[in-house]
Amino acid sequence: MSISRRHMLLLLPAAAVAWKHVLAGTPESSPNYTMSQHWWSMLIDLPKCIGCGNCVRACQTENDVPDGYFRTWVERYHVSDYDIENPQVDSPDGGKKGFPAVKAEGGKNFFVPKLCNHCADSPCTQVCPVGATFISPDGVVLIDKKYCLGCRYCVQACPYGCRFINPQSSTAEKCTLCYHRITKGLTTACCEACPTGARQLADLKNPNDPIHEFLKTHSVQVLKPYMATHAKVFYNGLDGSVR
Amino acid sequence: MQAFKDSGHLFRLAAVFVAGILLFLVMRGVLVPKSFGQYGHYRGNAMAEIGALPIRFAGHETCETCHADVLDKKKDGKHAHVSCEACHGPQAKHADDPSSVQPPKLDTAVLCVRCHEANAAKPKNFPQVASADHSGGLPCDTCHQPHSPAIGSPAVSGGKK
Repeated sequence: MSISRRHMLLLLPAAAVAWKHVLAGTPESSPNYTMSQHWWSMLIDLPKCIGCGNCVRACQTENDVPDGYFRTWVERYHVSDYDIENPQVDSPDGGKKGFPAVKAEGGKNFFVPKLCNHCADSPCTQVCPVGATFISPDGVVLIDKKYCLGCRYCVQACPYGCRFINPQSSTAEKCTLCYHRITKGLTTACCEACPTGARQLADLKNPNDPIHEFLKTHSVQVLKPYMATHAKVFYNGLDGSVR
Repeated sequence: MQAFKDSGHLFRLAAVFVAGILLFLVMRGVLVPKSFGQYGHYRGNAMAEIGALPIRFAGHETCETCHADVLDKKKDGKHAHVSCEACHGPQAKHADDPSSVQPPKLDTAVLCVRCHEANAAKPKNFPQVASADHSGGLPCDTCHQPHSPAIGSPAVSGGKK
């Protein structure tokens, strides 16, 4: 069979239209949300954290996190006066039910909420062999449950221990920064439930976001900066003993 | 054409390769989702699927559209910036259908101590009490109104709304 020039001219636009459809995929669920206009992060104001565990409970409710697993959790640090290199850390049930009062003999005591740091250079997405985890164009590290094999490479790769294998689905799971909420204009469940404002969702691409003023006027640190992950969960007042 | 003499087997081999490559391309077109590679080496639709999950916490702006009276009580008190669902729990279902889904009644004896029970790791300027000594087991709303907790604040009982 031979294709004439006339047929070819007819076929090419049809192929172009079909290819465009292939590229487009299905439309987004949040029509008013433009991914390229956001770059999500979180601010954790440690001097405000009271260790109530509201964030942990809210996260488990919002995201159906199974018992005993955590997308966010709160750690309590006790740094003794004489051994600041080796802090004692506890997190009973992730801090979900608060922390039992212990008699503190000197030293420093404080809470540190932890969650996925949504690294801009995330080790976990680099090791995924099937493209099941990725950094979305708005800066959130997400997992495609349908593609995840449950190989656990990413669980090992995360320097912050923020991933786990969901026992029901046998796929990797982690904080999505409440992607189903932030794309609808809501804040995350943990930020919504935090009574003291110790957690604040921040959009680094929004020039009106208070995060910019905060970063300018406070000493802000990320966890494990030497890992060069470009973590986007910023801690204000972070103690040097925090791992 | 002396060069192509007895070369039929080469063409047959090439045909097998071409058929194999074609089969690969067709299978790839069928099996790889259309949105794969849309933004990067992943399925673009995964984001829409995650984004479509249901919400449980309605958000305090939603609460305030109906409960403006509570907002009024809260605004001068210490709890002005505590969002509704920090104490009342996830209420998206109530917000969707306020008449048939009622939020549960809260027990202040359990709720208040979550934040205000004394603990050495809490910030020093945060108001905290040893509840057993402080109230002797009485529920907190005997004296404090949760929406504006300072004693003697003019707000009416938060528990009864």
